[in-house]
Formats: sequence, structure tokens, C-alpha cells
Amino acid sequence: MSLFLKLLPLALFLTVAGFLAKGLTLDPSELPSPLVDKPAPQFTVATLPEGGPVFDSSSMAGQVWVLNVWASWCGPCIAEHPYLIELAEQRSVPLVGLNYKDQPADAQQWLARLGNPFTHLLDDRAGDVGLDWGVYGVPETFVIDSRGQVRFKHVGPIDEKSLRGKLIPAIDEVLQGAAS
Amino acid sequence: MKKLSASSVYLLLLLLITAMTPLQSADVLVTFDNPEHSQLYHALLREYRCLKCQNQNLADSNASLAGDLRREIRDQILAGKAKKDIDEYLVARYGEFVLYRPRFNAKTALLWVAPFLLLGIALASLFYMVRQRNRQPDHLPIDVTGNSVETQQAQLEKARRLLEE
Repeated sequence: MSLFLKLLPLALFLTVAGFLAKGLTLDPSELPSPLVDKPAPQFTVATLPEGGPVFDSSSMAGQVWVLNVWASWCGPCIAEHPYLIELAEQRSVPLVGLNYKDQPADAQQWLARLGNPFTHLLDDRAGDVGLDWGVYGVPETFVIDSRGQVRFKHVGPIDEKSLRGKLIPAIDEVLQGAAS
Repeated sequence: MKKLSASSVYLLLLLLITAMTPLQSADVLVTFDNPEHSQLYHALLREYRCLKCQNQNLADSNASLAGDLRREIRDQILAGKAKKDIDEYLVARYGEFVLYRPRFNAKTALLWVAPFLLLGIALASLFYMVRQRNRQPDHLPIDVTGNSVETQQAQLEKARRLLEE
């Protein structure tokens, strides 16, 4: 039997083991977003507090902005919140909060208690905007560049590591791209 | 007493089975005027993965996202959209992963081809091994004890010599 055939089972085993080992390091709940590097979905939606002006996503054209999807019923959002406040202090990009499938009164109480880092607060009670953005787990955070392209997406709560290691670098990269 | 406890065990089992019957959310039972629409709707709900609880399809899932997607699919069916359009809508938002049967394209080619590739490798190596074995010279004749005839003759010879001594 030739050497090639003798080594074939070993090679097959190593290939399969390699894929499985890689699989162990991935989080199956984290899906690659098809939105990244695509135009951000356009929408108009009511804002909070109620009775305020309607928000039109096209008004954000020409600037880099961050969209954070959150809700007062969402536990991980509480853990994430201090890092959003830190983000708002560190980078002067608009931080748009999409209040997803929530009661306005609950949302406003929640923000009064924990602080409000959002420059715009959007009321997506029915979850229609979330549906268009492919939101499947709250919280989710998107970075949109000045040409209206989604450039970064983070699913799940932002923590210290993902704020400094991913989100802020992603914003800086997009800001530099916009400046040059 | 013994009989009583046996029947109460049965009752308990019955209760457990009843409790395990999958609950279907009310909006799965939507009705359509057009039976074709209804058929498409129920077929599609089994084709799409719920992104929130990834091992359930949209028909089975009680997650609120699944409810929203069912509503959206119903609306699109009523608007006369075909399966292809609805696939497109979902893939644009959630990626190929939302389809339980991913479409064949550059990204999913390996996924579709790999089983046949592996089967091909297995068959080829089987074929090769069988051919190698057939090529080898025939083995020496073997008797029922598993020894070759020659060994057996040598043993007989040895025994005979021992007897003669």
C-alpha cells in the first residue's frame, strides 16, 4: 500500500478534528450579519418622549453613527449600559437608541434610573425597524458610516473587552475612512 | 394498596405526557381564504429557522421574534409573494443560516458537496484496497485448525519420529 493511502485516514481525521476544534471556539448564537458592508435599511420611526419629532434615518446621512437596540425588559442591557455611557463620553458620534418592543413608560423610567447616553431615542414598539435590521437578539449594536453603509455589528451586550477591543476601534476606523 | 399506587403512577404518567404536548402559539393557526396560500404558509414555516432558539423552526418556536416573522411571512404571502421572494427577504436580514435547506452558491457549495466528496473518497479507497488484496499471491492452503498444510505435515512428521523412538 502506498504511503499516500496509509496517510489518508490520518489526513481525514486531522481535517475533521481541525474543523471541530475551530467549532469549539465559535459562539453558535453569533451569526455573521449579511448587513455588514451593505446599505443600512432606511426607516422612519416615532421618537421618545412621545409626541416628539419623527426620526428619519436619511437625516443621519453624511455622518458616522451608532445604532444600539435595547429594551427595558432585556437583562443583558443593564450590564451593557455603563459601557454605552462610557462610549458616549469617549466618542462624539451620535448614539441612536432603538427601544425595541418595549413600553415607552418602562423605557423612560429605565433610562431615568441608569442614565441616558442616547442622542436620539427611537420608539420601535412593534419591532418593525428591528425586523428590517435583522435583529434577533437584544442588545445589538451597529456602526454606520457616512455613506449609510453598515460597517460593524455586535450581537449581545457590550462589555469592557468588546467596547475597547471592537466597538471603539470599529468607530475609529470608520471615522478615519470618513476623514480621508 | 399496591394496585392503587400502580394506577396513580399511570395517572401521573398520563399527566406528564399531556404536559409535554407541544404548545403552538395561536398565530400559527392563522387562516387564509386561499388554500394555496395556507399550504405555502405552513410549508414555509418549516423551512425557516428561528434565530432566537436555533434548533426550532418558525412553526415550532414561541419566541417573539418567530411570531413577528410569521406575521411578516403571512403578510408577504397575502401580497402574492412567492417562496423565492420570501427566501430573499429573510436571507437579506439573517443570512443563509435562516434557511434549513441553504441555497446552493459559492458560500454553501462545500456544505452541499462534502458528503458526496467523502463518499467518493471512501469508495475509491475501498476499491483500491480490494484490488490490492486480490493482486497478492494466493495464500498457502490452510486446514481447519488454521495451520497451513505444510506446518501440519511437519508436525505429523515430528510426532511419527517421536513414536518411532
